[in-house]
Amino acid sequence: MSDTLLPLLKKLLSLSGLSAYEAPVREVIAEAWQPLVDELSVSRLGSLHGLRRGQGAEPRRRILLAAHMDAIGMMTTQVVDGLLRFTEIGGIDPRILPGQPVIVHGRRELPGYVVQPADRLLPKALRGKPVPMSHLLVDVGLPADEVAELVRPGDLISFAQPPIELGETVLAGHSQDNRASVTAVTACLQELQHMRHAWDVWAVATAQEEETLGGGFTSPFEIRPDLCVAIDVTFARGPGVSSDQRAFPLGKGVTLGWGPNIHPALFEAFQTLAKQQDIPFHLEVMPRHSGTDAYATQIVAEGIPSIVIGIPLRYMHTPVELVSLKDIRRAGHLLAEFIATLQPDFMNEITWDKANE
Amino acid sequence: MKSLIQKLVESIGPSGYEGATREIVRAEIAGLGDEQHIDALGNLIVRKGHKAANGLRIMLSAHMDEIGIIATHIDENGFVRFTTIGGVRPHTCFGGRVQFVNGVRGVIGGERLESQDKVHTFEQMYIDVGASSRADCPVKVGDMAGFERPFLDLGNRLVAKSMDDRISVAVLIEALRQFPANSPHEVYFVFSTQEEVGLRGATTAAYAIDPDLGISVDVTATGDMPKGPKMEVGLGKGAAIKVRDGGMLSDPRLVRFLVNTAEQHNIPYQLEILEGGTTDARVIQITRAGVPAGCISIPCRYIHSPSEMVDYGDVQNVVRLLTATLSGPITLE
Amino acid sequence: MNDIPLLPIIGDAEIALLEKLSNANAVSGDEGEVRAIVLEQVRPLVDEVKVDALGNVLAVRKARQPGALRVMLAAHMDEIGFMLTSDGEDGLFSFALVGGIDERILPGKPVKVGKDHVPGVIGAKPIHLQEEGEDERSIPVDSLKIDLGPGGENKAKKGDRATFATTFQRVGPSLIGKALDNRLGVATIIELLRHAPDSIELIGAFTVQEEIGLRGARVAAYAINPDLAIAIDSTPAYDLPLWDGSENTVYNTRLGAGPAIYLTDSSTLSDPRIIQHLVRSAEAEGIPYQFRQPGGGGTDAGAIHKQRAGIPSVSVSVPGRYAHTPALVVRLEDWQNTLRLLHSALRRLTPDVLAEPRP
Repeated sequence: MSDTLLPLLKKLLSLSGLSAYEAPVREVIAEAWQPLVDELSVSRLGSLHGLRRGQGAEPRRRILLAAHMDAIGMMTTQVVDGLLRFTEIGGIDPRILPGQPVIVHGRRELPGYVVQPADRLLPKALRGKPVPMSHLLVDVGLPADEVAELVRPGDLISFAQPPIELGETVLAGHSQDNRASVTAVTACLQELQHMRHAWDVWAVATAQEEETLGGGFTSPFEIRPDLCVAIDVTFARGPGVSSDQRAFPLGKGVTLGWGPNIHPALFEAFQTLAKQQDIPFHLEVMPRHSGTDAYATQIVAEGIPSIVIGIPLRYMHTPVELVSLKDIRRAGHLLAEFIATLQPDFMNEITWDKANE
Repeated sequence: MKSLIQKLVESIGPSGYEGATREIVRAEIAGLGDEQHIDALGNLIVRKGHKAANGLRIMLSAHMDEIGIIATHIDENGFVRFTTIGGVRPHTCFGGRVQFVNGVRGVIGGERLESQDKVHTFEQMYIDVGASSRADCPVKVGDMAGFERPFLDLGNRLVAKSMDDRISVAVLIEALRQFPANSPHEVYFVFSTQEEVGLRGATTAAYAIDPDLGISVDVTATGDMPKGPKMEVGLGKGAAIKVRDGGMLSDPRLVRFLVNTAEQHNIPYQLEILEGGTTDARVIQITRAGVPAGCISIPCRYIHSPSEMVDYGDVQNVVRLLTATLSGPITLE
Repeated sequence: MNDIPLLPIIGDAEIALLEKLSNANAVSGDEGEVRAIVLEQVRPLVDEVKVDALGNVLAVRKARQPGALRVMLAAHMDEIGFMLTSDGEDGLFSFALVGGIDERILPGKPVKVGKDHVPGVIGAKPIHLQEEGEDERSIPVDSLKIDLGPGGENKAKKGDRATFATTFQRVGPSLIGKALDNRLGVATIIELLRHAPDSIELIGAFTVQEEIGLRGARVAAYAINPDLAIAIDSTPAYDLPLWDGSENTVYNTRLGAGPAIYLTDSSTLSDPRIIQHLVRSAEAEGIPYQFRQPGGGGTDAGAIHKQRAGIPSVSVSVPGRYAHTPALVVRLEDWQNTLRLLHSALRRLTPDVLAEPRP
């Protein structure tokens, strides 16, 4: 089964699908989920909802798995003499941009590069310094009049870096954040084909996480699950973050979030299961905002018990984000095993009294 | 429409105290809507039209509130210390005039500066209402004021404090007046409150209305002044259809529909990418299970100063674009 | 009216309860200790009580008359504090701040860690070993540790919470303790439920995660959907003399001047109709009150008033000096007057208060 995961992830990493413009990636995810779920729909905000019904008696409890599918990127703000000025969608360090291959989504798709003007063309204060985004340009190699025809303010610019396999288990690419997690949810759905589960499973590829957590707020409002799991990438140790307490080894296990966004009894259930099943994991302390859809899902309507599963990733928000397939499979496996253990009366265990013992 | 604009921009209605402005709107729209009410946050919500099979429930939003100040302390000599409501900038304050909601007027003064090159901080400024002691000061802690500046008609260009967003309030009133008889839509015209302090009125109005589609009408910045920001939007170039701003990405399907509508009706338009600031559309978008939302903007120079400038042609084009949008089915694809 | 409930008076029993609440640990997201005290207290007083998905305690005391307003009183149970972020090699744990804490106050403070209140300290480099000018730089939290002593790595674990280790005390007219922001509010709602008027439905919301973004109050207000809401909290009193002897114009509130009614802060423009009702209630009964200076900050009202179709809301706070430090100082009389004001306002509350639109 899981040999389909690598091709799927490579495909997902080859697509755009910037926040609010997720359609290209949503279509491919829908194709992958179609055989794995009973119903597919698209929310009013553009999140993909896949329902896999449980085998328990109705009314069944619901668990929502949220992995955002939107990617960071850029947007054209001005067309000047055949060159494009741009702004970011999601947070991007402008220092990684000069020399980056991109696709400009104009009247047609135009390959181009982010370019840094020579020092002599920059304000004196910037010479020899990192060049801010406001002074970077995109060059699509076409004459000015043609560019003016083809590109307008508001046109998207996505990273064009194709995925790179680094050895057998590690893949580099743009949008691993968070298509790695979408792949993990897919792995979970695949495993569930051969398992019995009492609860309904709502697999959700959320929209607009990078901008407003839009899908994280609106999809749970519509679905009203009993539990939410946000699957997102987290920091892997590597250059620049070797000893940081907030980073985890690459390929050595997933993380389970712990902090105010997470219901402690739900954490406890996942932790117990992971230990039983020998699924390696690390405790990820999240003292404040978890930086994931769980920040939203927890406070939807009357509140929904939520947890975060993290997949370690190096070089976040660059076009060469590194993720180990082993961790993706582990996340999918842990989710499937957890769902299979959910009894109809499981919510009795999600209490604060228990958590306080 | 200019006299309506003048009335609206000269009213004082800082966030949370929009009553005076709301009364002007109420009088203007008397008899125009099918139903109206004022909600817990002071939003004036007017329903018009019926939802046909091919129609939508649409929320239009323009905020009534304006930036202003609020008194924090009256000192022993009767000077009023204050803090800001919304994004007031200190360099627009010194020497300016304010009018409190209770009618008291005053001027903004400042402590002596070490260097004339510096700008007063808010802590260094005070309002002088002509009082000479705490006892005879007609302002008390918590009283709110708006900036005072008469409306200026330069022909094509109109200038006032609170063009942000009374100009859009005028647009919505005009769109209600011109509401197409054949519209398939049930439209909620929301004259919203507390936008300048965090889009609060639109948050609760959108929840109550539960629309299928949301469009805010607000002002946007321009890049057409000497050494201005690098921005494509300019005065007089038409209605600005927002693609994104600092707080949201407009629903791309709505952007496409608005662009097509403008082109079909020969309404001048421009595409807007604003790198800071946001509008009521941000909160409409993530209401309940999500609402496709966007914004039609009126280009405006010198936003959040007492002299905000718009182009009258742009204003009329926004009315035209709104009316054209409401006149037939809306397809989002 | 002859069924006026007895005016709540703060005596030794009420202060003992506040002491217990103040000494309990409840860092945002881990409010269990305070929640247990609250549940024990309110169960005999109310008709319904539940704990929701985030850990808020929602306690409903129904009206004894038809057509009553449904009033939400919110006070947050959580406090600012710390969370351990490492495994504590040699008993030394790195930690992160939860909520707004000025990191300049951290060095040299005792703390208590975890459910067992394990004692520990945040150390500081001896002055003797410092370089010239070192004392002019603040010490970043990344370079500080919570020290649990030898073997400390077995007494606590990564993810545990910690608070300042202050013990509550009563000193003359003052009460001194940690987390009086907002155990004062919690204690106040308990007393109001104990003395609830029959004419309204009173819903006590003891909320979580206020200090990290008003998160508990948001879902509580959504669930309760009341006619109006009052957030009861503690607000800073900066009523200290200025170094140059000039008039202090930025005191926020003053100790001893009574409950502080909020006009506006960063999160809420209080509903003027409820402000007026509070003022009228205070003046009718000769209860001192003050307006908190308009300005920054925020309370649970910031989340509550934006829920659903909008909820008229206001905040009333007990003034307190030195919020978000190891020890707050408040005046007993301010707490008593806050309780009197709220009790009076609730007793006098009728639907007429909200009959006209917000001005």
